[in-house]
Amino acid sequence: MNAAVTPPGTGFDPHAVRRQVPLLADPPHGRSLHYLDNAATAQVPRPVLDAVHDHDTMRRANVLRGVHRLAEAATEAYASARATIAQHLNAAAPEEVVFTSGCTAAINLVAHSFGALLKPGDEVVISELEHHSNLVPWQMLRDRAGIVLRVIPVTAAGTLDLERLPELVGPRCRLIAVTHVSNVTGAETDVAAVVAAARSVGARVLLDGAQQVPHAPVDVQALDVDFYCFSGHKAYGPTGVGVLWARGDLLAALPPFLGGGEMIRRVTLTETTWAPPPHRFEAGTPPIAQAIGLAAALDWLQAQDLAAAGAHLHALTQRLLAGLASLAAGRDRMRILGPAPGQPRGPIVSFSVTGAHPHDLAQILDSHGVAVRGGHHCAQPLMDAFDLAGTTRASLALYNDAADVDALLNGLDDALRRLA
Amino acid sequence: MSRDLYHQRMLELAERGDASERLADAEVSVTLDNPLCGDRVRIDLDCAGDGRIDALSHEVRGCVLCRAAAAVLDTHAPGLDADELRAVRDGLRDGLRGERTLPAAHDWPEFAVFEPVAAHKSRHECVLLPFDAVLSALEQRAASANGGGRTTASTTGT
Repeated sequence: MNAAVTPPGTGFDPHAVRRQVPLLADPPHGRSLHYLDNAATAQVPRPVLDAVHDHDTMRRANVLRGVHRLAEAATEAYASARATIAQHLNAAAPEEVVFTSGCTAAINLVAHSFGALLKPGDEVVISELEHHSNLVPWQMLRDRAGIVLRVIPVTAAGTLDLERLPELVGPRCRLIAVTHVSNVTGAETDVAAVVAAARSVGARVLLDGAQQVPHAPVDVQALDVDFYCFSGHKAYGPTGVGVLWARGDLLAALPPFLGGGEMIRRVTLTETTWAPPPHRFEAGTPPIAQAIGLAAALDWLQAQDLAAAGAHLHALTQRLLAGLASLAAGRDRMRILGPAPGQPRGPIVSFSVTGAHPHDLAQILDSHGVAVRGGHHCAQPLMDAFDLAGTTRASLALYNDAADVDALLNGLDDALRRLA
Repeated sequence: MSRDLYHQRMLELAERGDASERLADAEVSVTLDNPLCGDRVRIDLDCAGDGRIDALSHEVRGCVLCRAAAAVLDTHAPGLDADELRAVRDGLRDGLRGERTLPAAHDWPEFAVFEPVAAHKSRHECVLLPFDAVLSALEQRAASANGGGRTTASTTGT
């Protein structure tokens, strides 16, 4: 167990959270573990593990087709998970929630199904800040459908340069697809500005919420967007599950993405008609236990004091930024990316050091028991914009405490001395 | 041998491995990326008529391991042809995988510095990337030999 240090004044106890996360409460091989790679995958609390285990030991069966008791119980649990997700997103109806294999699959679904409605010359606006999962599907759509991609650049601070929206969002724009919170810089998108620009030309808005859902409540109706996507494994849930939320009338107008079982109304040898949403978009056996685990994760998250948790994560992020700035003070070759102090940001901090490769920093930090991510973070265009091969990224979660941040800073000091 | 990846000898090699003086008007120039981490190696190459490496230069935007491997290649690759270099590369790969001793008696002596890398599977490609870049350059050179032109290529590899 790591030393317990709680920043004063937030009223949040990360150690109570940590005790619920088996991998952190009792790290493997008895080694200290400061897990700061949460933007890639968060650790799973016991209630989520229990929900998945209970399902697989008590209700495991396929859904939506069987009439036996297990199938009925599994179907009910799966539907209940959908309703839980809908409630957490403040969706108008559970049918607006589509389970996918992850955020990437959700965006690909939109690129195919919404993309099928687009005509050559129609425009989709993306940004330099995106994860590859919100870039590559649109490039693939461009190549097969002849649409035009327009790109919002990033500022030097790693935020979207939304002042460019008027020139990028034109009459042929059909969709703006951008991140809610950057997985590299932590920058939060001014969603209202994006939505206003889209509405001015009748375009839709997709938000990649993979880095937002783990940290704050999401109200899709208040955001006034059209598509919202996120992954389970970054939100304290299982791997292999994600969510696409979309407005009900929009979903109803979209053709399916994948074909197969469970997504049909009627199949003959010559034609097929589609089931209504959400099943139209869930071909084959869905990730049943994972969806149930994800619902348990969001319930668990909702049960936390999110206001205090937010203050806790903000305090830790500031501690990290201050510590990095202190380390950088004697080394002009360190660059801390992300929004300026006072600007909205998630608990994600990336930095680079000239002459010290992110993989080498991450490797030495690992020897200190600190898990961070080094590399391009599936955001190579952003790395190109920064003229970097990669960065080292620390990303925080509810169970992190000041000892985790301090371990990172101490390990980094050692790494810089060794690699200097 | 130390279990530490960042032992003194590795760091010394890496310091040499940032870049070498670029060949003027090289016969072949190849840039190879590692898609996992964004490391990039550029190799410039001149070959003798029999396909053996006459001279090479490199530029590495990568980690300590990648730069150290590039430095080792600078020392030993001249004089080898593609088949010989591929055998060396595959032997190093097998050593990193723990499938044989590293270094074996016939290996380049500097391979000893890479022995601690064997325990870190995610880093094997860091060591192999410069080798793959040189092999790619040799393949490009062979492919263009009939055309007789100079070759510049950029590839995502490993």
